[in-house]
Amino acid sequence: MPQFRIPGPLRRLSEGHTTVDVEATDVVGAIVALDAAYPGFKDRLLDENGDLRQFVNLYLNDEDVRLVGSGLGAKVGEKDEISIVPAVAGG
Amino acid sequence: MSGTSGGSRFALSKLTPVPKVIGLRCRECGAEYELQATHVCEMCFGPLDAVYDQALLKKVVSRQRIEQGPKSMWRYRDLLPIEDSVNVVTLGEGFTPLVKADRLGAELGLRNLYVKNDTMNPTNSFKDRVVSVAISWARAHGFETIACASTGNLANAVAAYAARAGLECFVFIPVDLEPAKVASISVFDPNIVAVRGNYDEVNRLCSQLLESTPWAFCNINIRPFYAEGSKTLTFETAEQLGWKLPDEIIIPIGSGCQFVRHRQAVRELLEFGLVRGDRVPAFTGAQALGCAPVYNAFVSDTPDRVLPVKPNTIAKSIAIGNPSDGVYVNRIARETGGVVEAVTEEEIVDGIRLLARTEGIFTETAGGVTIGVLAKLARAGRWNGDETVVAYVTGHGLKTADVLASANGHSSRRVEIEPTMKSFREKVTI
Repeated sequence: MPQFRIPGPLRRLSEGHTTVDVEATDVVGAIVALDAAYPGFKDRLLDENGDLRQFVNLYLNDEDVRLVGSGLGAKVGEKDEISIVPAVAGG
Repeated sequence: MSGTSGGSRFALSKLTPVPKVIGLRCRECGAEYELQATHVCEMCFGPLDAVYDQALLKKVVSRQRIEQGPKSMWRYRDLLPIEDSVNVVTLGEGFTPLVKADRLGAELGLRNLYVKNDTMNPTNSFKDRVVSVAISWARAHGFETIACASTGNLANAVAAYAARAGLECFVFIPVDLEPAKVASISVFDPNIVAVRGNYDEVNRLCSQLLESTPWAFCNINIRPFYAEGSKTLTFETAEQLGWKLPDEIIIPIGSGCQFVRHRQAVRELLEFGLVRGDRVPAFTGAQALGCAPVYNAFVSDTPDRVLPVKPNTIAKSIAIGNPSDGVYVNRIARETGGVVEAVTEEEIVDGIRLLARTEGIFTETAGGVTIGVLAKLARAGRWNGDETVVAYVTGHGLKTADVLASANGHSSRRVEIEPTMKSFREKVTI
């Protein structure tokens, strides 16, 4: 089952869970499933157009989903990990 | 320059610091938080900024109070998120020269061109400003280990200031960083973790490490404080212009973090009556075409959508493919009448050489981007020639000297001769 990794500052929404397993076949489906389990994630991750919000990064395993050809439509499998990583400053 | 009287470069102000930072606020939704080491809003995931007691600052901030301060960026301490001078970790950063660039200006048709030469900082980049604030804040709040993800300049500054403070230090860098930068980091003896990936991947790793370490990552969990140090560059520029704001500022863009803080600095200069009038400078951003996500968005129909790219440029210190503040950069540039422009690799090197040849200032590739964009815009007729334009040159050329290497060494004007007059006459034209 695909698994979300939830960063510390966002765990209030996931009731403290660091990982959340979801049933989904693509990234956007995984977000919907995460939101069903812990309401509020979808609105925080996606804007009104259904695009990923600018100050949030989503990684499918090691790849930024914005850089994956199919974007939020990218397929996810049993062992895939989706990480939410808030934007950080440069260095 | 005006307003340069005051104590020695290293002395902290004798004036009693005022308690002025009251919390953190989300830039997107406005949610407020207590002071703590965190950078992201739990409500909307937006970035957090330090919040000051504006009423209190209005009572105490004045030109006179600033001018009585040290000849370093700590003369603006009232506008920085550090309450107690005892905790300040300083190497005398800031108050760098604002150079009237007449020869460069003559080439570009600009009669009032200035270069803010931030290569003159202790570790030769503007990062000393943000790191001095970040490490001062971290030490004051009990952190024993300082860390960062870096394209080189930040790691250099963090390693130096951690050494100065006697704190444990971990720096995470892309494995292909320029050798000169690695050497100037290593000398301070930090723990260096070279990651087989680009900066964005290093950043991602550090964001995840945050979970399992009690460390202060300068550009991640203590970013709201770290970022504030950038403001001093613009405070100084205004003070050195005689408490006036320029017409336009050219700023290199990596994550866009400093660009946003410079806009905030102008807001504060106006709000606290430090400069006259209400005219806001045009804010113009400079990127390398080899890593230009902000520029790409700026020139597109959707400037509010900054799409990440895989960096491929010699300007590694600003090679951030997924810039956290890119959207804000584009908003500020548009609101203030500025632009975001980008230059080729060749134009970057030309920019380095142009600044060196005309003004005697040797900048790294990020400075080459800034000067390259300045030259490109000037030659395209952006200015009529009388505007006051300031270019922020934020890092020293020795950090990236390898990009100047050519088939003939580092100079097309180099000749090699025998130690004889005959040889000299044969090969040198005078």
